Amino acid sequence: MNPVFKIILQRLALGLLTLFIVSVVIFTAVNMLPGDFAEAILGQGATPEAVAAIRRDLGLDQDPVTRYFQWLAGAVQGDLGNSFAQANFASFVGTEGSANMASVANQIGPRFWNTMFLAGVTALIAVPFAVILGILAALYRNSAFDKFANMFTLTSISSPEFFLAYILILFLAVLNPMLPSLSNIYADMGLGERLEKTLLPALTLTLVVTAHMMRMTRAAIINLLASPYIEMARLKGISPLRVIVKHALPNALAPIINVIALNLAYLITGVVVVEVVFVYPGIGQLFVDSVKIRDIPVVQACCLIFAGAYILLNLTADIMSILSNPRLRHPK
Amino acid sequence: MSRLLTMTDIWIEGRSDEVWNPIINGVDLHLNKGEVLGLIGESGAGKSTMGLAAMGFCRDGVRIAKGSVNFDGIDLVKASAEVKRGLLGKRIAYVAQSAAASFNPAHKIIEQHTEGPTQHGVMGKSESERDAMELYAKLRLPHPEEIGFRYPHQVSGGQLQRAMTAMAMSCRPDLIIFDEPTTALDVTTQIEVLASIRDIVDQFGTAAIYITHDLAVVAQMADRIKVLLRGDEVETQDTRAMLSHPKEDYTKSLWAVREFKRPQKPPVHDRATPVVSVQGITAGYGKIDVLYDVSFDIHEGRTVAVVGESGSGKSTTARCITGLLPPRKGVIEFDGVALPLDYRKRSKDQLRQVQMIYQMADTALNPRKTIGEIIGRPVEFYMGLKGRDKRRRVEELLDQIELPADRYIDRLPSELSGGQKQRIGIARALAAEPRFIICDEVTSALDQLVAEGILRLLAKLQDELKLSYMFITHDLATVRSIADEVVVMKDGEVVEQGPKVEMFQPPHHPYTDLLLSSVPEMDPDWLNTLLKERGVDNIGDAAVQKMD
Repeated sequence: MNPVFKIILQRLALGLLTLFIVSVVIFTAVNMLPGDFAEAILGQGATPEAVAAIRRDLGLDQDPVTRYFQWLAGAVQGDLGNSFAQANFASFVGTEGSANMASVANQIGPRFWNTMFLAGVTALIAVPFAVILGILAALYRNSAFDKFANMFTLTSISSPEFFLAYILILFLAVLNPMLPSLSNIYADMGLGERLEKTLLPALTLTLVVTAHMMRMTRAAIINLLASPYIEMARLKGISPLRVIVKHALPNALAPIINVIALNLAYLITGVVVVEVVFVYPGIGQLFVDSVKIRDIPVVQACCLIFAGAYILLNLTADIMSILSNPRLRHPK
Repeated sequence: MSRLLTMTDIWIEGRSDEVWNPIINGVDLHLNKGEVLGLIGESGAGKSTMGLAAMGFCRDGVRIAKGSVNFDGIDLVKASAEVKRGLLGKRIAYVAQSAAASFNPAHKIIEQHTEGPTQHGVMGKSESERDAMELYAKLRLPHPEEIGFRYPHQVSGGQLQRAMTAMAMSCRPDLIIFDEPTTALDVTTQIEVLASIRDIVDQFGTAAIYITHDLAVVAQMADRIKVLLRGDEVETQDTRAMLSHPKEDYTKSLWAVREFKRPQKPPVHDRATPVVSVQGITAGYGKIDVLYDVSFDIHEGRTVAVVGESGSGKSTTARCITGLLPPRKGVIEFDGVALPLDYRKRSKDQLRQVQMIYQMADTALNPRKTIGEIIGRPVEFYMGLKGRDKRRRVEELLDQIELPADRYIDRLPSELSGGQKQRIGIARALAAEPRFIICDEVTSALDQLVAEGILRLLAKLQDELKLSYMFITHDLATVRSIADEVVVMKDGEVVEQGPKVEMFQPPHHPYTDLLLSSVPEMDPDWLNTLLKERGVDNIGDAAVQKMD
């Protein structure tokens, strides 16, 4: 078997194993949150009977191991359970209302695609921008351009996200009304309008993630510039830009790809502040709200999606790093 | 003859710790069209720096402080980067020491070959590819139509070195700088590369600067030889005159290195128990065996040289004896008693008796420990000495390796030269008071003069302490000077073994013959004669066929 194929299979299996372990951790952690949904929703005046009734209704009275495997079995089949907050409590109203309970999938679904859309737009802007900036910084290393690029990206990564967001709103929405400052998007919006509304949060996130990727690109390339094959390329009279793009970059791909993957994962899992500032209906807000009211199925589902995104992106990065190595692609 | 390159009063400086230190001090160099100049000297002599300066190129942190490099009417010191880029690769080409490191691992060999001609607008891509295949054929590379489409890691070191020479030829330059092109190769491979380089340089009338520290090699390649010492020119002469009548003392001392030879020792008593006896070991990594049924004995006070090309299993044998790699089959006896095969099962005393000295003293010494700590560690571990006793013992050991204790005991390895570091490696091995030391290519990273010092020291220690050595090397000159017995290995098997005198006298095993005849000699006609003997067309292969 081709060794690359074997390595990829190994990584896939490892990824699945990681996901399983993470699901255990998520379940345990979520169940360790102080207080539960019944107490949270009924408030301080709750009678023990009412609390117990709701718990029974939601299955919270069963032992955690049973609940975990029920949840896992459902999740494997694509059923993430029903949201507590949207539930219609049968025992309260006295009717069999469980058919009306909103499923977690329905609740998360549109939000998830919104988040993916924002992450996608940001990635399309940020990744090429950061890599090209990194290449240019490596090409003109220690020049004024290099120093400016480093300073600019460092400043943007060091500033709090909401601050960057407000600065962009100030300049691009208030002083020069070019873009809308609110990103409330709907399911039936056209692509153009959707893009326009997403642009400001995407630009904010671009500022946040560029520094890391740009600096890694620059460092990975400069690291290689002392290697004999780069000296050889120079001694062949190859132009400096070609030396970097053609000779250094292909060998610097592995670390760059890894940093890109980490930042893309951040775009999916870590954007709640930006969502709040722009009122963008993404998954991050839903997650924070659900934690507040102990809506455990939604919290678990969000965690699982975040973990899945991290694992999938890192897996992709691993596989691409492996593919960027000719020794593995073309064995002896 | 018309002048191609004139370097006048070249001063080059290198920056370290914010200070510019001199590397080359006012050296002149000139080269006519089609002429080959040999540039020799020890490491640190400035040979490579001088060679790169001939291309108007300086590494980072190096500058040409003064002087002019006139290449065919263009001053490369004053020329702009664009002008130089137009010349590099096209009219002046470079062949680096390690082809494996100097080919870009991400691209196919032929892509790197055609890059120069296409970028300089000399030829189109397909024309250059055809030309590459012709050059590969001229350089006697196997499968010239196909080999270029491999990646560098799929091709052997000797083949890569020839592919790099072909690449240098791709634009038919007027001048090629060869920077130690065969230093990293085995002797048998070296011959093929040397012959290929010489042929093609002759054929295209290319001028060349051939940089090396190996006198015998330069004698085969150069019309004229220039000797450098710490950035100064020692002397320049035509090759034959230089070899027969070196004028300067330094040049004479370079010539004399190869004359160090130990007297033959009396034969070992028949029934004497060998210190180390390796009996029929078979070993490998993973599922693949790389050693097959290897046996030899090493007696007290004797040196057994284990020779062979890289990959022949020399170092694996050493790993088996030390217990780092337990063999699958076979016995290793020490003083007639079988040693546990795994080092973890050996007693402290058994471990103490077998010590090792490594090829790269640089990486074998902890850079953060002082010399006193490095040598003191085994003194304390094996001998249980502490405090003042330990320090006294370390001082004794430093005295034995001829380094003044008071000056060196508190230094860090980075403050020592390569030869001094290797001496520390020896002292560390001696600290355990072993009876047997494995020396793994201990002199191959050192210059000839320094290497000779190390060999003399090892010989002296052997006489004083009755040490037994297993001396792993691919350099037959070293074998000649230090060994009592020789074990020749090839592809994991012992092909011949016996006392040194017998080994260096015919008849040999054909492989030993190939190894011996491949060692360059000082005679400038040596390569010609050898090629004629072996049949010029297919030097290396012919020899191998003869053997099989």
